[in-house]
Amino acid sequence: MSLPPHSAQLLTSEGLDQLLRALRRGGYRAVGPTVREGVIAYEDIDCVEDLPRGWTDEQSGGHYRLRRRDDDALFGYAVGPHSWKQFLHPPRQRLWRTRGGGDAVQIEREPPDGPPLALIGVRACELKAVAIQDTVLLGGAYGDPHYRARRADTFILAVNCTVAGGTCFCVSMDCGPNVATGFDLALTELAAAGPPAFVLQSATPAGRKVLEEISHRPATESEIAAARARVQHSAQHMGRQMPAQNLPQLLLRNLEHPRWSEVADRCLACGNCTMVCPTCFCTSVEDSSDLRGQQTSRTRRWDSCFTIDFTYLHGGSVRQSTRARYRQWLTHKLATWHQQFGSSGCVGCGRCITWCPVGIDITEEVSAIRASDPG
Amino acid sequence: MHARATDPMVPRVLRVRSRRRDGPQVWTLQCDDGANEPPGFAAGQFNMLTAFGVGEVPISFSGDPARPQRIVHTIRAVGAVSSALTRLGAGAALAVRGPFGTGWPMSEAAGRDVVLVAGGLGLAPLRPALYQLLAQRAGYGRITLLYGTRSPQEILFRREIDSWRKLTGVMIEVTVDHAMPPWHGHVGVVTALIPRARFDPRRTLALICGPEIMMRFAAEALGAAGVASEAIYLSLERSMKCGIGRCGHCQFGGLFICRDGPVIRYDRLREPLRVREL
Ligand SMILES: Cc1cc2nc3c(=O)[nH]c(=O)nc-3n(C[C@H](O)[C@H](O)[C@H](O)COP(=O)(O)OP(=O)(O)OC[C@H]3O[C@@H](n4cnc5c(N)ncnc54)[C@H](O)[C@@H]3O)c2cc1C
Ligand code: SF4
Ligand code: SF4
Ligand code: FES
Repeated sequence: MSLPPHSAQLLTSEGLDQLLRALRRGGYRAVGPTVREGVIAYEDIDCVEDLPRGWTDEQSGGHYRLRRRDDDALFGYAVGPHSWKQFLHPPRQRLWRTRGGGDAVQIEREPPDGPPLALIGVRACELKAVAIQDTVLLGGAYGDPHYRARRADTFILAVNCTVAGGTCFCVSMDCGPNVATGFDLALTELAAAGPPAFVLQSATPAGRKVLEEISHRPATESEIAAARARVQHSAQHMGRQMPAQNLPQLLLRNLEHPRWSEVADRCLACGNCTMVCPTCFCTSVEDSSDLRGQQTSRTRRWDSCFTIDFTYLHGGSVRQSTRARYRQWLTHKLATWHQQFGSSGCVGCGRCITWCPVGIDITEEVSAIRASDPG
Repeated sequence: MHARATDPMVPRVLRVRSRRRDGPQVWTLQCDDGANEPPGFAAGQFNMLTAFGVGEVPISFSGDPARPQRIVHTIRAVGAVSSALTRLGAGAALAVRGPFGTGWPMSEAAGRDVVLVAGGLGLAPLRPALYQLLAQRAGYGRITLLYGTRSPQEILFRREIDSWRKLTGVMIEVTVDHAMPPWHGHVGVVTALIPRARFDPRRTLALICGPEIMMRFAAEALGAAGVASEAIYLSLERSMKCGIGRCGHCQFGGLFICRDGPVIRYDRLREPLRVREL
C-alpha cells in the first residue's frame, strides 16, 4: 500500500521522541531496536537516544557486522537476530502450577503478565510474521490465552524499509518492504544530512490517539514522493531472491531429492534458524517440582525440529538423520505450512541465512532443487 | 485481560478409582472425573495425562464411550511419565486435558462388516470401538478382531476377549510372536490372520491400531483382499506435547497427528508412510 497523501504527516526525531514517551506514559512497555553486543537487538527502550542512530548492518550467509553510516539515520539497517516473537510468544512461559498436595491438590493457571507492549520499528516482513503467528496460535478450535492477551493490547509502530539487508528476500515472498496492514502507525525515514525526519501514516484509532499528544505537520507531496522512492529503492536491492513459483508442489514431489543429503553434510543441526525465524512456533513443556513434591509447575519453552528429541517416541526418534530434520524445516516453512495455515511459513526476512553458522541459504537450497527437478 | 477459564493447556484433576494389572508393565486405571459435566469422548480419541511433577503424555481412552463419567486408560510403563502414572493407586490424583483428536469412524460402520486389527497395546484404543459395536450388535455385519501380541502373557483384557468370543457373528483370532506350551493358538504376525477372517471386502470397514510397520502391512493385506483404502483407518503415534496443533511435535507431512489424527483414513497415509523419517 502506498502512503495516502491526505493522512501522511511529517515527524521529526523530536516528534518520534515525544511519541515514545507518550506511549510509555500511556502505560506501554516500549521495545525496539537498540545496539547491544555488536548487533541490533530488540530491547526495552525509553527514548529516541536508545535507537541505533547512524548504524547499518552488513549481512550475508553466516555473517553479520554493524557498520557506521555517514548519516544519523535511526532505522538505516535491516533485521537482526531478534524477532518480536520473543515478546509475543516468549521463549519460556509458565502455564500452571499446583497448590496443595495430595487430596487438596489444585491447579492454578498462570495469569497473563506484564504491561501492554508497544513494538517499535516493526518491518513489513515482521508484520507478516506476526500475522502468521496469529493464525497459528489463535486459529482453530483452541486459542492460546497468553498470546491472545498480549496481542489484544499490543501497539505497533511499523517502519518501511529504506535499506534492504544482504540476505533479505521479502519481495520474492510478497511480504515487503512496504508495510500494508497490521500496524497502528508507520514511519518512512527520509534521507537527511541533518536530524532524521519521517513520513508518518496512521492506520487505527489507537495510532491517531497518540498522535494527538505529539507535534507533527502534514507531509508535502514531495516528501511523500521521496519516502515512496526510498522504499522502492530497497525493493529493487534485495540481497536474495527466492524462486517462489509453485514451491509446495516442487518440494513435495522432491522429498527424496539428493540435495537433502548434500545440505545435511553441511548442516550442524544447531537449530539457530528455527530460533531466529519469526514464524517458527514449536514448543515443548517441562515439569518441575519442589523437593517435597508438594508444588509442581509446567513451563512451555521454545523447541526446534532440528533436535533429535523433537520426534522422540518410546524406542527412538522418528527423524534420526540431519537430512530428515533439514527436510522437515524447509518443507514445513515453504510447503506444508500452506496446507496447515493457508500461507507460506517464510516471510523472506533472511535471518536463517545470516545466523546459520555455516551459511546455509534457504534460497540457494530451493534453487538447487528446482534446477534438477525431474518434474 | 485475564486468561479465560478454558486454557486448553491447563488440565483438571482426576482421581484414580481403581488400578488393575493387565499384563507385564501394563495397568488399567479407572478414574472419576471431577468435572460437573464430563466432556465425554469418541472411541479412538485420547487424553493428555499428567503425573504431577513428572510430565504429560498422550494416552488413548480404553473404556466405554457410553460411560463418560468413568475415564479408563490402559497404560504400559515404558518411561518416566507412563511409569509414574501406572504407580498411582486408588485415591491418587493425576491431571487430564482432553479429549483430543479424531475418533474411529463409527457412523460409517453401520450395516457393514467390521474388521479390527490390533497389535500389542493397540488393542486399548480399539476397545471403545468394540464396546460400541457390541452394544448394538444388530446394527453391523460380521465383526472380526484380529489381535497380535508378543507372548501369551501379554494378552490384554483376557476375560473380556473370552466373553466376546461367545457372541454370535463375532470372530476373534489371537496370535503371538513367541509361545511355549501350553499355548496352542496362532503363532506369527497378525497380518497372517487376515485370510482367515470372513468379511465381504466391498462392505467392510477396517480399523487398525498397533506399531506403524504392522499397520502398514495390515493395510496392504486388507487392500490386497479387496478392501478400498477409503474403508481402512489407522491410528498413528507421534511425539505430542500439546494435543491441539500448537507445539509442532506430531507433524507428519502436512498433518498434525494430534488434531488431524490420530485416526486417519488410509488413502491419506499411503504415500507419506512410504517416506522414511517423514
Ligand atoms: C495418540 C496416542 C495415544 C497413545 N495411547 C497410549 C495408550 O493408550 N497406552 C499407552 O501405554 N501408551 C499410549 N501412547 C504412547 C504413550 O504416549 C507413550 O508410551 C508415552 O508418551 C511414553 O512416555 P514416558 O515418559 O513414559 O516415556 P519416554 O519414552 O521416556 O518418553 C516420554 C516423553 O519424554 C521425552 N523423552 C523421554 N526420554 C527422552 C530422551 N531420551 N530423549 C528425548 N526425549 C525424551 C519424549 O519427548 C517423550 O515424548 C499413545 C501415544 C499417542 C501419540
Ligand atoms: S525461513 Fe528464514 S527467511 Fe524465512 S521467515 Fe524464517 S528466518 Fe526469515
Ligand atoms: S520449521 Fe521446525 S521449528 Fe519451525 S515451525 Fe516448522 S517444525 Fe517447528
Ligand atoms: S501434539 Fe502439539 S502439535 Fe500435535
